[in-house]
Amino acid sequence: MTHTEFVYTTYIKTTPEKVWNAITNPEFSRQYFGSELVSDWKKGSKWQSISNDKDACKMVVGEIIESLPPKRLVMTWHHPEDEMDKSEHSRVTFEIETIEDMVRLNVIHDRLKAGSDMARGIAVGWPLVLSCLKSLLETGKALNVRALKDHVRTNPAVKKAAAQ
Amino acid sequence: MVAHEDKVFKALADSSRRRLLDRLRIKKGLTLSELCERHDMSRQAVTKHLALLEAANLVVTIKRGREKLHYLNPVPISEICARWIDRFEAGRLQALDNLKQALEENERDPH
Repeated sequence: MTHTEFVYTTYIKTTPEKVWNAITNPEFSRQYFGSELVSDWKKGSKWQSISNDKDACKMVVGEIIESLPPKRLVMTWHHPEDEMDKSEHSRVTFEIETIEDMVRLNVIHDRLKAGSDMARGIAVGWPLVLSCLKSLLETGKALNVRALKDHVRTNPAVKKAAAQ
Repeated sequence: MVAHEDKVFKALADSSRRRLLDRLRIKKGLTLSELCERHDMSRQAVTKHLALLEAANLVVTIKRGREKLHYLNPVPISEICARWIDRFEAGRLQALDNLKQALEENERDPH
């Protein structure tokens, strides 16, 4: 089986602590991610994405593998129905680094099955999530969270748009 | 901020650099040598183009052992989109994009 990986980077005018808080605080993730990312963010703990919005993207869950605030967070990532099937478990690494007066945020999503719906979904989702996160931290506004949701829900979005 | 956006537009305003990005979209984590293989450019030219793409944050590199692996980073393009595309247009644009992709399916490189 072939695996694929994606590396996403954004530079944000803020502090590492604020980036860490934006990742781990559901009040923030609701705004830039489209659902709340909930966990106690300690090594070995579970995390999950929660949304009351029926239009939100499919639920994702996983386990925290490494947690070094405010520098590094590593977690597994899969749909709840794939809990027992380890081959469906991908991995997300957040690296937060200060570069001059900016913070460089790397998101590495690997161990993904090449060509899978998950791989396609995250390839559309992460760039939007990160540009929303940057906008939220720099301007206090996450302007395109709705756009993000529409993008992440690939086929339903097309159907809905076509019906309008 | 403005300076960075200029770098992105400048980096994208060259067909050789766009071809390098196309290649990295299809195949992830390529080394400099692998990127040189399929392009009729000198190694020096590819290196120069990659440096510009990296400075614009459109290409990100990761060191693995002695090798430097290159990845396409579309986040700056997404940031530019967020500036001009209204959030309520996104669904319709996605539909158009999917239609375009479906029509061009045969011409696309195999993943």
